[in-house]
Amino acid sequence: MGKATREAYGAALVKVGATHKDVVVLDADLSKSTKTDEFKKVYPERFFNVGIAEQNLISVGAGLAAAGKVPFVSSFAMFATGRAFEQVRNAVCYPKLNVKICATHAGITVGEDGATHQSLEDISCMRTLPNMTVVVPADAAETEAVIAWAAEYHGPVYVRLGRAGVEDVTPEGYTFVPGKSQQLRDGKDATIIACGALVGPAVEAAATLEAEGISVRVINMASIKPIDAEAIVKAAKETGLLITAEEHNVIGGLGSAVAEVVVKECPVPMEFVGVKDTFGESGTPKELMTKYGLTAADIVAATKRGIARK
Amino acid sequence: MLTLEQKQLIQEKAKAIRVNIVKAVTAAKSGHPGGSLSIADVMSLLYFQEMNVNPNEPKDPNRDRFVLSKGHAAPALYATLAEKGFFPIEELLNLRKIDHILQGHPDMKYIPGVDMSTGSLGQGISAACGMALAGKIDGSSYRVYSVLGDGELEEGQVWEAAMFAAHYKLSNLTAFVDFNGLQIDGDITKVMSPLPIDEKFKAFGWHVIVVDGHDLDALHAAVTEAKATTDKPTMVIMNTVKGKGVQAMEGQAGWHGKAPSQEECDKFVAELLEV
Repeated sequence: MGKATREAYGAALVKVGATHKDVVVLDADLSKSTKTDEFKKVYPERFFNVGIAEQNLISVGAGLAAAGKVPFVSSFAMFATGRAFEQVRNAVCYPKLNVKICATHAGITVGEDGATHQSLEDISCMRTLPNMTVVVPADAAETEAVIAWAAEYHGPVYVRLGRAGVEDVTPEGYTFVPGKSQQLRDGKDATIIACGALVGPAVEAAATLEAEGISVRVINMASIKPIDAEAIVKAAKETGLLITAEEHNVIGGLGSAVAEVVVKECPVPMEFVGVKDTFGESGTPKELMTKYGLTAADIVAATKRGIARK
Repeated sequence: MLTLEQKQLIQEKAKAIRVNIVKAVTAAKSGHPGGSLSIADVMSLLYFQEMNVNPNEPKDPNRDRFVLSKGHAAPALYATLAEKGFFPIEELLNLRKIDHILQGHPDMKYIPGVDMSTGSLGQGISAACGMALAGKIDGSSYRVYSVLGDGELEEGQVWEAAMFAAHYKLSNLTAFVDFNGLQIDGDITKVMSPLPIDEKFKAFGWHVIVVDGHDLDALHAAVTEAKATTDKPTMVIMNTVKGKGVQAMEGQAGWHGKAPSQEECDKFVAELLEV
């Protein structure tokens, strides 16, 4: 198991801090958990804690951006995108301000804190906002690439990060490009399109399926918005079946984003691996991933269901 | 103290702003005249006396900033910006109309001179804090001004921002509360009292000044005092009359979000010009 994406986020912030003097970092009393404290240690004069006040966190970020700064604002995904949704909409996206919302502890792998802290709708909420770019890095290396890109790009960005360790899947020399996915392996019978913590299990599922004679393509769709429509269409045409996998509600997230392309461009059967419109509960990340159907075995089963429908 | 000449200019501009608020809202057939008229004096004072802004360089990084946290008073901001020369006065008659720049609430993307998009209450003051913080980080000399509604103080975010501004000693931030006592559903003390306003901001660590919001000398003295305050943000609580300048609108909650008819408009404009 590799590092958590939040760990990589802290280190990546320190890197962009060195090269981008206008980068400032804001947190809402969770800097030890979000790892923005790494930045604080190196650049204390550019780090600002707003306290437990997420609405103010987002709007202060908007004001800083309006005055020429490049604010990276962090909290848990639940609060940054849920509690402060309207601030993100009206103060950041509507005026298209250069605010980077990098939220950690997304998804069910928050674990023991339970349902109140497990954000399963943030991808859906964020991608529905005009001007917003939505990115879900799969591992530490991709997180670093995404943060480097975000510091350069001018406009609102939502980066979804996780608490728990994830499998390393990103090849060396990778550069993040919005709207471009990454094919991790090729196959002809089906394509698994995954993001975030589910990319590792998707790769594992493909290996299992291959052993059973089923050849599967795997795509890491980190850029949820803009989405890589070209790769989706190509996969639909060449493999005839798509399985999406995400640590998110099956409503509104990656699966929906892929389906929006598929139904318009090249209708093929789809299967959706994700949380099935329910809240989570307390437990270890591993237990929760199993109970809520987010494992490699669930992706294997979904792929077989899909193949039966082909 | 303002010189007689300065005062006359500010009064004259405030009158023009009031006239254009009434005309613009009438032309739009909707909008918020009451809470726009109540801040015409402070808007005139800020843009024609206090603030360093240049209509030819609306994005000058060293300019003073203004955030209308009570975004529904957009007609007052637009009339002021037009009077200052940021865009033609005639544009005011296209307020709230499709394919024109003047949105129902302030929009920084389309309107020259608007420093922050606002309208959802409680958010503007936070953005103003962000701008003031940026100024502090850079050691810039610009100042940030913001006007809040009294009803707006019912939004929890205002108090998050109030805590933040004092914590980071944002002395380059001067905010005003338009204390006209009325919100949409009526008297603010009946709907949800935010009183006492002065004691609350004092307790949050602000320098607080209470003035007659229609007394230009008092407003000028308050801004001067705010500029001299170096360790905390300043809140100027302005006792104002909603609909100030148009007798039929003064103190009437009903004129919070209602446009005059053309006939009423002509009468109100004549009344404003008479003074």
